[in-house]
Amino acid sequence: MNGLSWLVWGFAGSVVLTVVMAAGQGLGLTRMSIPYLLGTWVSADRDRARVVGIFLHLMNGWLFSLVYVAAFHVWGGSAWWKGALIGLVHASFVLSVALPALPGLHPRMASETEGPTPVRLLEPPGFLALHYGVQTPVAVMVGHLAFGIILGTFYRPLG
Amino acid sequence: MMAQAQISDHAAIGDGRSVALVSKDGSVDWLCWPRFDSPSVFAALLDGERGGAWRVAPAGAFGTTRRYLDGTNVLETTFHTATGTAVLTDAMTYGGGVTLRPAHELLRRVACTGGSLLVDARFEPRPDYGRVAGRVRAGGVLGAKVEGLRGELTLRSGVDHVASSDGALTARFCLRAGEHADFSLCWDDEAPAVLLPLGDAARARLDATVSAWRAWAGAMRYRGEFEGQVRRSALVMKLLSCAPSGALLAAPTTSLPERVGGDLNWDYRYCWLRDAAFATRAYFALGYLEEGRAFCEWLLNATRLTLPQVRVVYDEYGQPLPRERALWHLSGYWGSRPVRVGNAASEQLQLDTYGEVIDALFQLLMGAGRIDRTMQKLLRELGHFVAEHWREPDRGIWEVRGAPKHYTHSRVLCWTALDRLVRLSEAGLLERLPVQRLAAERDAIREEVEARGFDEALFSYTQAYGEQTVDASLLLLPWYGYAAPDSPRMAGTWRRLRERLEPEPGLIYRNEESFPAGEGAFGICAFWAAEFLARGGGSRDEARALFQHALESANELGLFAEECAPGSRSALGNYPQAYTHVGLINAACALSEARA
Repeated sequence: MNGLSWLVWGFAGSVVLTVVMAAGQGLGLTRMSIPYLLGTWVSADRDRARVVGIFLHLMNGWLFSLVYVAAFHVWGGSAWWKGALIGLVHASFVLSVALPALPGLHPRMASETEGPTPVRLLEPPGFLALHYGVQTPVAVMVGHLAFGIILGTFYRPLG
Repeated sequence: MMAQAQISDHAAIGDGRSVALVSKDGSVDWLCWPRFDSPSVFAALLDGERGGAWRVAPAGAFGTTRRYLDGTNVLETTFHTATGTAVLTDAMTYGGGVTLRPAHELLRRVACTGGSLLVDARFEPRPDYGRVAGRVRAGGVLGAKVEGLRGELTLRSGVDHVASSDGALTARFCLRAGEHADFSLCWDDEAPAVLLPLGDAARARLDATVSAWRAWAGAMRYRGEFEGQVRRSALVMKLLSCAPSGALLAAPTTSLPERVGGDLNWDYRYCWLRDAAFATRAYFALGYLEEGRAFCEWLLNATRLTLPQVRVVYDEYGQPLPRERALWHLSGYWGSRPVRVGNAASEQLQLDTYGEVIDALFQLLMGAGRIDRTMQKLLRELGHFVAEHWREPDRGIWEVRGAPKHYTHSRVLCWTALDRLVRLSEAGLLERLPVQRLAAERDAIREEVEARGFDEALFSYTQAYGEQTVDASLLLLPWYGYAAPDSPRMAGTWRRLRERLEPEPGLIYRNEESFPAGEGAFGICAFWAAEFLARGGGSRDEARALFQHALESANELGLFAEECAPGSRSALGNYPQAYTHVGLINAACALSEARA
């Protein structure tokens, strides 16, 4: 594994993913803010949560890029289309499995069946995160495709 | 279809970032989220059919009394029916022990205090000035959501609602003595949205909101004869102050008409620089130094990008206004069309604005002891602009949309601008100012105003050079230190003003064009007159009598609109109007200082 290449392009992919999601918010495609979603895991202070969340999201991106890199090695090398394909699977998993399961893990997220309480106030994402806007799946998909394409295009295994 | 209520039938509640107007019959008839100048969520005030409203009130006939909880902007409406009594409490909340908060919450609690009664709730959001038929989707315990918006609007309630065929959510429920029901409407710009709990947690938010308002109102320094009215006015100012930026909005509404059925309908959800000096003085007089400084900071920030010219009006974050446009799909307040959003006045040249801005900064800086380099640069640039341009005609204080004129008031404000700069320089606070040149220009303005802005035959200052009409803004000449209030020329001007602009005690028209235009009397002009008298233009008793008559233009909650119709005293124009309340505060302070 090329550690430096992973560090650089894993980070770059995470930054682009964050920017794409923020652009999706700005363009009215989705209300979902992944930094805010992650940050409220550790802080109930809205502004602090957003800052902490950016850091957590970048760390997450780095961590997930390891999976991409591992897949490239097993798959006989990297290519933009391989990155895109893994990104597609990644986004589908996030939308259909990870986000709907979040109320069971997130300490401040309300459940669809129990409603908010004074300590669990955040709206759950629902299936495909549609509660955060009907075009949220599109924004998530585009972001992860960009993430995968960056890694697939620029990550170079050693030798 | 909802019937339209009168302007003064409404009370204002808010959270420092937005304001809602609630009618006597428990209907939220106006609400713009997330900002003061955002498109409306409810606008029944401007179109009872298409605007949308949120009503909570007894089913059947009822009578109403209402009040603000003492020292707060929390509204309490009491409904009296044949079978029982209920109290509806309305507030935009903040605090409450829960730090994770939505961007906005409008909390409504209806509680039965005697007997029993049936209550109807009807939630009918019509976002974007009624252009979007808000699709309301039931969401079980997480509340109903309005879809199709940039943000998320969620209604949570302790009672079950059903969707009606017209897209509204309705509920009918019975309350017995001691029972209550909560309704919480929240707005969030991003997801996941924060959904607030009801029950005890809602009570805690309400209590925290009441405490916060009382703590703020309790810090007021004024202790005089009109303490209640001044406190209410201070609370209105705070309601219209944008908490994040410090800007003071003229009013939270658009297109409430200056003439019912007419087209004098303007968007006032912005901040006019002209009123800066009045507002700063009111803040400082009441002891709200932080708000006064925040407002001056906003002034600096807003004007920085357009120097040396300043715009007449900016939005709450100091940005230029959107282009003025008419919303022809709305029927307007009692047929007063068009409804306008944006404001074309921002493009006008109004020279008095420079004097207002410099005077506001002068009030701040004379107490500060030193002026930083950025501020000095700003003041110098403004001074140079005034010195170069004071001879030009402009649109004047009333933003006349016809041909520009040489307005006397504008000239006096140019004099004020240069006078304050010279005084700052003489006090050693402002460096590198061409003092001699500015002092010479200042003296030239006075010479010109005395020669061309005063009519000997009328023995009065005039609205504009060479004209024989008067204008209420001339009452401000002593306020700026231009003329002594007891000078013969001001006495003559006051005599003419009373003859021509005072239709009844306590009401003053802004100028002589108000009659043919069918406008009402301007609320702030009566307070200018009271202050003029209190500061030496008359006796304290005269000032007090006029002030008390002027107070009669408020509704029972103490709220003033921009204007008032003579005779009926019905409110006209945007509402509640910050500057009418600012005028009240300044006049009350002047009365306190005046000797009996």
